Amino acid sequence: MTSPTEPPGPALGDGSWTGATRRLLERLIPLDHLLPTRQPFFVGSWVYVFGVVAVTALVWVIGSGVVLAFFGPGWWHVSGVGHLVNSIHFWSVQFFFVFVALHLWGQYFMASWRDGRAATWLVGVVIFIIGLVTGFTGYVAQQNLDAQWIAINAKDGINATGAGAFFNVLDFGQMYGIHVMLLPILVTMLVALHVLQVRMRGVVKPIEVKASSSGGNPPPTAAP
Amino acid sequence: MDTPASYVQVGFILISLPNLLVIIGMLVVFVAALVAPFPGHRGAGEDGDDLAD
Repeated sequence: MTSPTEPPGPALGDGSWTGATRRLLERLIPLDHLLPTRQPFFVGSWVYVFGVVAVTALVWVIGSGVVLAFFGPGWWHVSGVGHLVNSIHFWSVQFFFVFVALHLWGQYFMASWRDGRAATWLVGVVIFIIGLVTGFTGYVAQQNLDAQWIAINAKDGINATGAGAFFNVLDFGQMYGIHVMLLPILVTMLVALHVLQVRMRGVVKPIEVKASSSGGNPPPTAAP
Repeated sequence: MDTPASYVQVGFILISLPNLLVIIGMLVVFVAALVAPFPGHRGAGEDGDDLAD
């Protein structure tokens, strides 16, 4: 199928990988699902507000983290502005975890893995777990006595799991590199995937609506 | 800020006061989310429209 906006030139044909990829994306992620103008009534729930607050907190975490990485520990432990940005980083992390946990509680009691949404639920749980590791590497990368205390006490536990061979909490370079590069990219990508999954399948219908639909009016049409 | 946190102990449960306050706060927010009406909520059954397809 030729789009009216397709640039002039020789057609690649239906067998081209770009055409096949485009058709796959158009089928999996239609634009009216990515950017909908209408939503089901049950989207109006504080549980989803918790998720949005968590994403907002993540934006603050990454923004303040970029500033901290740029100026370094000699700045965030000494200057007044450094203390401020360090505190913003810390407190936005607290907000992130509080609201991720509240979002998870709500989704658990809504059984949000129903109707083919297991992958969305699992990605959310994985985000929480990877977030914990990211927070831990951040605690041991603070470059202060608190970080030393945590690292010294954690090393035996980590070694007991066998992970100490490749995850050395006493190695500041390794912890800092993992904290500022690998895990933030992973968390950000998974959050983007999570939001995409929600857009693709829609949010789960409330349990009471589905239960009452057996003997009454049919439930709203599920998003494909 | 530089002084150790107070701890609360009930039997074998030992938790710092700041952590306990955060957990209580989370529970309060969660319960409030269950009972507080959502702004602009029209209620189930009035509008069952789903995503436009």
